[in-house]
Amino acid sequence: MDDLRRLIKENRIPLYRKMDQYRHYIIAGLLLLLLALPYLLNSQYIMRIIIMICVYSILGMSLGLITGYTGQTSLGHAAFYAIGAYTSAIISVTYGVSFFITAPIAACVAALMGLLLGLPTLRLSGTYLAITTLGFAEVVRMIFLNWERVTNGPLGISRIPRPVFFGIELTIANNGMYYLVLAFLLLTTLVMHFIVRSKFGRALTAIRDDEVAAVMMGVRTTYYKIIAFVVGAFFAGLAGAFYAHMIRFIDPNTFTFDTSILILSIVILGGMGTIKGMFLGAILLISFPELLRFVQEYRFVLYGLILVLMMRFRPQGLLGGQQKTDYAFPKGMKVDNQ
Amino acid sequence: MAYLSIDKISMHFGGLVALEDVSIQVEPGEIVSIIGPNGAGKTTLFNVITGVYKPTSGSIHFENQPIHNKEPQEIVKAGIARTFQNIRLCKDMRVIENVLLGMHTHTDYHFWDAVFRTKKFKTIELEKHEEALRILTSIGLQDQIHNYATNLPYGAQRRLEISRAIATKAKIILLDEPAAGMNAFETDALLDFIMELKIQGFTIILIEHDMRLVMNISDRIYVIDHGKKIAEGLPKDIAKNPRVIEAYLGRKEENA
Amino acid sequence: MVTKKRWGERMVMEQLINGLTIGIIYALIAVGYSLVFGILRLVNFSHGSVYAFGAHMSLLFISMEFGIVPAIIASMIFTGMLGIAIDKLSLEPLRMKGSKPIAALITTIGISYIIQNMLMIVFGSETKSFPRLFNYGTVRIFGVNVGSTQIAIFFISLVLLVALTAIIHYTKVGLAMRGVEQNAKASYLMGINVNRVVTFTFFLGGVSAAIAGTLVSGYYQMVSPGMGFMPGLKAFSAAVLGGIGILYGSVIGGLVVGISETFAATYLGGSYRDAVAFIILILVLLVRPNGLFGKKGIKKV
Repeated sequence: MDDLRRLIKENRIPLYRKMDQYRHYIIAGLLLLLLALPYLLNSQYIMRIIIMICVYSILGMSLGLITGYTGQTSLGHAAFYAIGAYTSAIISVTYGVSFFITAPIAACVAALMGLLLGLPTLRLSGTYLAITTLGFAEVVRMIFLNWERVTNGPLGISRIPRPVFFGIELTIANNGMYYLVLAFLLLTTLVMHFIVRSKFGRALTAIRDDEVAAVMMGVRTTYYKIIAFVVGAFFAGLAGAFYAHMIRFIDPNTFTFDTSILILSIVILGGMGTIKGMFLGAILLISFPELLRFVQEYRFVLYGLILVLMMRFRPQGLLGGQQKTDYAFPKGMKVDNQ
Repeated sequence: MAYLSIDKISMHFGGLVALEDVSIQVEPGEIVSIIGPNGAGKTTLFNVITGVYKPTSGSIHFENQPIHNKEPQEIVKAGIARTFQNIRLCKDMRVIENVLLGMHTHTDYHFWDAVFRTKKFKTIELEKHEEALRILTSIGLQDQIHNYATNLPYGAQRRLEISRAIATKAKIILLDEPAAGMNAFETDALLDFIMELKIQGFTIILIEHDMRLVMNISDRIYVIDHGKKIAEGLPKDIAKNPRVIEAYLGRKEENA
Repeated sequence: MVTKKRWGERMVMEQLINGLTIGIIYALIAVGYSLVFGILRLVNFSHGSVYAFGAHMSLLFISMEFGIVPAIIASMIFTGMLGIAIDKLSLEPLRMKGSKPIAALITTIGISYIIQNMLMIVFGSETKSFPRLFNYGTVRIFGVNVGSTQIAIFFISLVLLVALTAIIHYTKVGLAMRGVEQNAKASYLMGINVNRVVTFTFFLGGVSAAIAGTLVSGYYQMVSPGMGFMPGLKAFSAAVLGGIGILYGSVIGGLVVGISETFAATYLGGSYRDAVAFIILILVLLVRPNGLFGKKGIKKV
């Protein structure tokens, strides 16, 4: 009897392996759930929170590429978010151009600024880089604050038009905004996944793990760091554009150091060097203050505690670190010793 | 000119002279050892060859091309790869990913190929994964491919580092104290392994303190002390050279 | 024509004095960054909120009618203790574990949030008024009227900076600090209690932050929990500017930042004031990544 029990125990497939085996079905199921979500929940208030979770997941993934994968700590990610939001808002308010044109432009402008900020990484690393990104974000915010002719200064930009998709105005009420952000989220996830699972991802991770070793294996570290900054900034800009057209009002106070730290907290809590962790991080950090109203006042104390405690007890984040699942070989690969 | 020709290399750090007029010639298929007391400048020499430091003076030619003014990345691509005295694997990456990283310079697809998952991307990735698997199998790490580099025992980490160097398609491999921290049994396995690499056609430059390994394996030996080359020759000659003995054991007292 | 020119000169002189006043305070904060950085190679991000904490402690003790000087001394002690607590509770465990340097940086950001928001919860987030310190009228220097507060700030800060330098150069603990800064491992092997040196450094950092916080609050006559954020960043910029880890570099950096932002506020408009420090910082790092007075290290492989 004991033998039998042992036999069963030894042959039991652990949950993570089962999940890995059926991961395609799990992902498909999740997607269906996400598509059906508005009809299941039927609450604008909750949908609003879910949309913000999606926005911050995108932001988390975009910073995740820079900080989580490449190990370049950025304390100014809100700058790219802001640049995206302002670019899209200004163009669409001034020239009446559709969101579907201004959003890609906004993302590209943010990417260009990412290139500008990425160039200093040629020389700086670690702490100095972190502080430079912070300084950069503050300078960007002050430009938005002071360049009144274009940005309307501290008053911000209001009445930003809603996106119109084939004649239908997308709102939160008609779930248009939700499906739009879902599309952006999927796009970001796919692109990030494809980048990470290629020589680019390996080079970025190698830079994080041991920059010297990466150089000695022929990785042009500067080029790869810039790629990380440009791609990260691109998607942060996209998130910014979406946010501007959803809230329809932006001002410099939306994009402060606190926002940068919130994004960084998502990356750290979720797990550096993962994509799925960014979803978990965003879900936890965006929904917690909403769910627990009494936490509201202590929200930033909570963020602070998360940073401190995670660094002390689980620096790799909730889902980061060594994965128990096997390495996923490319399709069509024959591996004998499985 | 020799296959790898190091001519009168000097390396100064401010006032500190780490290398002074060191010349070394290496021919294809040789195993050349560089020995000398701690702090003699052996690792500095490796750093100069691989482009970490730009030499203060002198030149290095590989296959008749100058490499002393090139970036480390270009030197790897030209065909010189190395391992480190204090193993430098990417610890949070899996074993196979470390080997794939070694293939970085000859994994030739564009950023957009990766983003759009083009056919080119898929073909190359498949090819490189198969190659990586082949290298890992040949080195005896085939049952560790999924594991993370940091979980491997010491000896296996050394072997992984060497397979990563092989994966760069290097023609010359620089091994910096590969036997450090190994027991006699592991050192013997390493000796066989290095001989195997030689048979496969690799040229090897070795920094090592384990004299038994050095004497058994080397075609030629260079001795460096205080940044200067003090001897060169066949293992049996080096073992008898009075200057080498002096450098290792110290000068004999007059009245001793 | 003549009067206009003289008026212009006086304006420059006034701005210079304002700049020096604020600059010397930046220097005092910058030294706090520099001390910790020199020993731990860590940017202590929480320093700005420690500074705000110091100002709030002074306000608390002053409102409890301690009298100005005892209040400041009490604040110095409490803020110094806070510095020690930060190190003992959050940073020392990381050192023991041998965490990556970036973990410590992020930890101090977290600490900064905790302190700042605890101040908000305890003292309220609004700006509170602070009594004017050392108010004995004005003095005429170089043809301009200078407030006694400004003069007091300048000299108190100067005395403190000199005292700090003296501690580091002429005391036993200062010698230990310099030893740890050069080579922590060797110092440890020579019998120096590295953790005690770090603790002392955090204490000094807290004390200097308390004084700086109190002086600034007395100067502007207000305190708020968020008051440390901007000066903290600017002082940090100043420290980097001068070559972080080098004390006199921090002082010069602080003065440069203080003076240039005062002039920027006058000639470019007040709203650009806050950007100046960062622009200087970014430019300096691009040209000289180790700061103006920093030494270049040799890359080890």
